[in-house]
Amino acid sequence: MADVLLYLSLMAYFGGTALWLGFFLAQREGLCRAGAWVMGLGLIPHTLALCLRAWNYGHFPAATLGDTLLVLDWALVAAFLFLNWRFPIKVLGALAAPLAALMICGALILPPGRGPVSPLLNSLWLAVHIILALLGYAALTLAFLGGIFYLVQERQLKGKKFGSFFYRRLPSLEQLDALNYWCLTIGFPLFTLGIIAGSLYAQHALGRFWSWDPKEVLTLIAWLIYAVLLHERLTVGWRGRRAALLAICGFLVLVITFLGANLWFSSYHSFESFTRQP
Amino acid sequence: MNLLLVGVNHKTAPVALREKLASFIPDPEEACRALKTYPELSELILYSTCNRVEVLCVTAVAEEAETRLKAFFARDEEIAGALEESLYIHRDLDAVQHLFRVAASLDSMVVGEPQVLGQIKEAYRQATSQNASGPILNRLLHKSFSVAKRVRRETGIGDAAVSVSYAAVSLGKKIFGSLAGKNVLLLGAGEMAELALEHLRGQRVAQVVIANRTLERGVRLAERFRGEAVSLEELEAQLLSADILISSTGSPEYLLTRDQVKAAMRRRKQRPLFLIDIAVPRDLDPGINDLDNVYLYNIDDLQEVVAQGWEHRHQEAAKAERLVAAETLKFLEWLETLEVFPTIIDLKEKADRICGAELDKTLKQLGPLTEEQRQALEVLTHSIAQKLLHDPIIFLKRNHHPKKIQKDLDLVRRLFNLDLDRQEDAKILVEKKSSKPPE
Repeated sequence: MADVLLYLSLMAYFGGTALWLGFFLAQREGLCRAGAWVMGLGLIPHTLALCLRAWNYGHFPAATLGDTLLVLDWALVAAFLFLNWRFPIKVLGALAAPLAALMICGALILPPGRGPVSPLLNSLWLAVHIILALLGYAALTLAFLGGIFYLVQERQLKGKKFGSFFYRRLPSLEQLDALNYWCLTIGFPLFTLGIIAGSLYAQHALGRFWSWDPKEVLTLIAWLIYAVLLHERLTVGWRGRRAALLAICGFLVLVITFLGANLWFSSYHSFESFTRQP
Repeated sequence: MNLLLVGVNHKTAPVALREKLASFIPDPEEACRALKTYPELSELILYSTCNRVEVLCVTAVAEEAETRLKAFFARDEEIAGALEESLYIHRDLDAVQHLFRVAASLDSMVVGEPQVLGQIKEAYRQATSQNASGPILNRLLHKSFSVAKRVRRETGIGDAAVSVSYAAVSLGKKIFGSLAGKNVLLLGAGEMAELALEHLRGQRVAQVVIANRTLERGVRLAERFRGEAVSLEELEAQLLSADILISSTGSPEYLLTRDQVKAAMRRRKQRPLFLIDIAVPRDLDPGINDLDNVYLYNIDDLQEVVAQGWEHRHQEAAKAERLVAAETLKFLEWLETLEVFPTIIDLKEKADRICGAELDKTLKQLGPLTEEQRQALEVLTHSIAQKLLHDPIIFLKRNHHPKKIQKDLDLVRRLFNLDLDRQEDAKILVEKKSSKPPE
């Protein structure tokens, strides 16, 4: 049943992708509005599927990579729709919508979580830790997408490529930089709170706040990158290209944290340990 | 009904001739009044802009109207000879298409410039206030406004920058999003700078500071734009608060070097700086463009934007032409349906006449009746006639193929014997006059 709902979301996100790409190419206002609606419609079965999985498993559905990817995707689409509503940078959908669709594809291909899970996972604290961290990820992902657009548009302007394909379609540098700033100021606190929640839970469950396992180390690196970026933004006035580059760097570390730490290193943070009885 | 458009524009007449023509038609209102006295023209509108003088009219007698209008344009002997070659005459389809093209700014010197629509609207307002326009021109002009709006909305004909100052504004928008609230610093108070400032003021920039070698001219310009005049020595200090800098001095060496701007950027906390150097030789070190958050453009860059703007406009104009052609055909279809109205009127008149005559006869035979009874009889005869005519009228009004309509009209007229009636009309009317006239 959850899978049927997910396929519905997948179709909506692919539809949204087509509409947003169509908007990007043809620059018709109606297409992007339709795109936002279709994405919003897709979020409904997506939400239901997550609830259904949580109900079936009896715990927050983040025990496998596939499940977690779904939650992250949900956060991404929600954050994108919120941003699109409050702070419309329309071309963002042309990257966010396909990303959302691909993430559902990934979640559907990866094996779903079955069987008993480690009792470590049956905690509200842990759900808070995951939700906050993933919402932070989603906002920082949008900062990353904005950063890519910034670099492309800056290249057009500096290189004096007027009338080029991207020059005409991408928004102004100021808007893209503001996107970076807003996503950072929202995403960074969420991310930080997620880390704090996790560390408090670790103290409660394992008796130590920080264990220096690979995921924690990588997270710390990403956190430091974003902390530096935010600090320099506020004090020295870093912006533009540097801010975009750092947002991209930070995101790449996050991706390694999210995927790599689980696939390559084994630690108590990796997914396979969740489904193993202690 | 025929549509006729006579005029000259920048493509057919040199500016000297257009000037003279404009001076002979100094007041469009008066010219319109003069044209109205010609009985050949049943509806007319005259519009004159700096690039064209045109008269569009509706006439039943095209040939005569044409000679009238030609004579109107060639009133002065001085230009009569030159006009012979410059005057163009468009009829019906061509006239409609020409008007649509003019309104949509496809026929302008600067293709896509928005002013021409306003000028035509003004001319139309004048024509209506003098009752010079009628049902056909009213519809045609309104259609031309909506075509112009559609062209603007559906094609990018007005999008691209085609002047240097507009190019600067459009570049600024790609950096700042909106120029509202940005501070402008002018180096040099030349003509180009003034023009650019004019454009920027339309974008609601906040503060304008003018730094000029001779303070006096700077002060004068500052007064016009409610800005502030400073001396060139204060340049570095002014650089801290400016967002947009336009430089157009005659200085032989660079006024700003890369290091100066680099230092300023640090103190500005990296707020973006948009520099435009329209001076030749250049005022600003080209190396400045390598700095982060600083965007420097020289006159060649802006010209490049302009050239691309033109290319873009011409591409979009091709789209607009297709749109205009389609709308022209639609309008002509409507115009052709107008032709059925005289026939419909004839049909109704004939029915009324028959009803009246038959009613008279019957009333005489029936003898005295109450008013109510008489009215009931009248209503009866009229509604029978109306019901009978309903289908033929619908048949006429239905959208006909332009080529078939003449045949259909002919059929209906023969079927109901409308044209023979016409000759006998007079006789019947004379006979009727003696008896009671139909109500």
